[in-house]
Amino acid sequence: MTDILSDTEARKHRDARSALFERAGGLRNVPLAVGLILPLSLALVWELAVAAGLSSGRLLPPPSVIIQTLGALWGQGDLSGHALTTLWRVLVGFGLGVAAGTIAGAITGYSRGIARVLDPTVQALRAIPSIAWVPLFILWFGIFELSKITLIATGVFFPVYLGTMDAIRSVDRKVVEVGLVHRLSSPAMIGRIMLPAILPAYVTALRSGLGLGWMFVVAAEFMGASRGLGYLLIDGQQLGKPAQIVAAIITFAVLGKLTDSILVAVTRPLLRWEDRFGQRADSRAAANRQEVA
Amino acid sequence: MLSIENLSKVYQNGTHAVGGLDLSVEPGAIVAIVGASGCGKSSLLRIIAGLELASSGVVKIDGIPLDGPHDRIGVVFQEPRLLPWLTVKQNVGFGLAHLPREERLYRAELALLLVGLSNKANAWPRELSGGQAQRVAIARALVSRPDVLLLDEPFSALDAFTRADLQRHLLEIWRGSESQPTMIVVTHDLDEAVALADRIIVMRPDPGRIIAELPVNLARPRHRAQPGFDAVRHRLVALLDRRSADAALRSA
Repeated sequence: MTDILSDTEARKHRDARSALFERAGGLRNVPLAVGLILPLSLALVWELAVAAGLSSGRLLPPPSVIIQTLGALWGQGDLSGHALTTLWRVLVGFGLGVAAGTIAGAITGYSRGIARVLDPTVQALRAIPSIAWVPLFILWFGIFELSKITLIATGVFFPVYLGTMDAIRSVDRKVVEVGLVHRLSSPAMIGRIMLPAILPAYVTALRSGLGLGWMFVVAAEFMGASRGLGYLLIDGQQLGKPAQIVAAIITFAVLGKLTDSILVAVTRPLLRWEDRFGQRADSRAAANRQEVA
Repeated sequence: MLSIENLSKVYQNGTHAVGGLDLSVEPGAIVAIVGASGCGKSSLLRIIAGLELASSGVVKIDGIPLDGPHDRIGVVFQEPRLLPWLTVKQNVGFGLAHLPREERLYRAELALLLVGLSNKANAWPRELSGGQAQRVAIARALVSRPDVLLLDEPFSALDAFTRADLQRHLLEIWRGSESQPTMIVVTHDLDEAVALADRIIVMRPDPGRIIAELPVNLARPRHRAQPGFDAVRHRLVALLDRRSADAALRSA
């Protein structure tokens, strides 16, 4: 009898806890700072390990040294200068890659005939590792900006091309028929049916392209750059400054995340119609927050 | 007047979906097309809508041959096919892009009022129930005031209660519209055919052809308990039964 009662009470407690958890929106409502717990804990452990003399911290400096280095680089104006140079290269390369990838992807997505001619070659080129392009681009475009931006644009091109082509090919025939029934002209069909229909997949392709842009900028800045975060990496390696290398890596991570977040924020209003699991969960969480408030 | 003359459709895989079909539908009539799966009902509707090309034969409205989708024809598909990136009101006004904005919005609002969904004008399609979405699809098809409205199993995905409600609603809309369009309804649901149609066309496959036409002279609104409803339904069942249909064909 006691067991039954305690079971019932335990279940009540569990239900109450999960109700509270649900009302709070589950894990989705837990502050963003929770995501920082793991890296900050690791940093703290490393800091303590170095302070306790368990490691010299020579090859991987403790967080305090990295923060000092970041501060020093920022104070000298080096960090902002290098970061802006890299950001500029990524943005220009991204813009060119997106333009070329979108046009090529749209053409091959729309026309099976052109796809049969063009797509096998593009797919073969896609399989080439980024570093393999470096010597050729240096030969063709020299070691200055043109070769770097071309390399970044090459990296961005492929996911955007593939994403656009696939998105166009997978537009629901039934939706296209709605356009046909309403006798849309070809431009109207593209503008009123195809573009909105491919937008979610296209945004995903843009995000993949941007991510690759950030990867390719490192390879690009290894091509004899005298400015940029890639240069900071090489400089840190050659002069034996691991704190500078980690500082550059952290700056890469922050800028990469920042640009991706901006892209998501800019495109979100265009996709508010989407019927996604995540979106519904977010709406529920928002409703819960209002209810709790 | 919608007329179909000697219409045939053979698909690339050799399927003879429609074979030498003739049909005339007088303006404002409601015609239901019934028949077993694969008898060519939907192919016939898609050809009239201009979504498929006929292998031979012609579809005419008032003697003018159609060679593709036409603004005098509206279509309601089996699924609502609302465009998810447009609000309900924008979906309804989708086919009115040629009109000034004010008129487009006015007509869309009027059509929504007609289907009882004015309160959902600014909702996204994902926020609608199946029945509501199909009502919006009906409003979208009617808003451009077509002469012919084609409905391809429009209520088949809905539960029985919603289906009956929408059938009643469709007739109310049809009666309430300025110029009552000719309606051609493809359906598997015999009750639906009897409830809606002035005339029921029975089709049979291999190749798809009309084997019988059944006038329905019952007063509206119709319901199953109405005298004569079951008699029409039983005749339909008999016609759809292969052996009975064979006998009917032989005697024809």
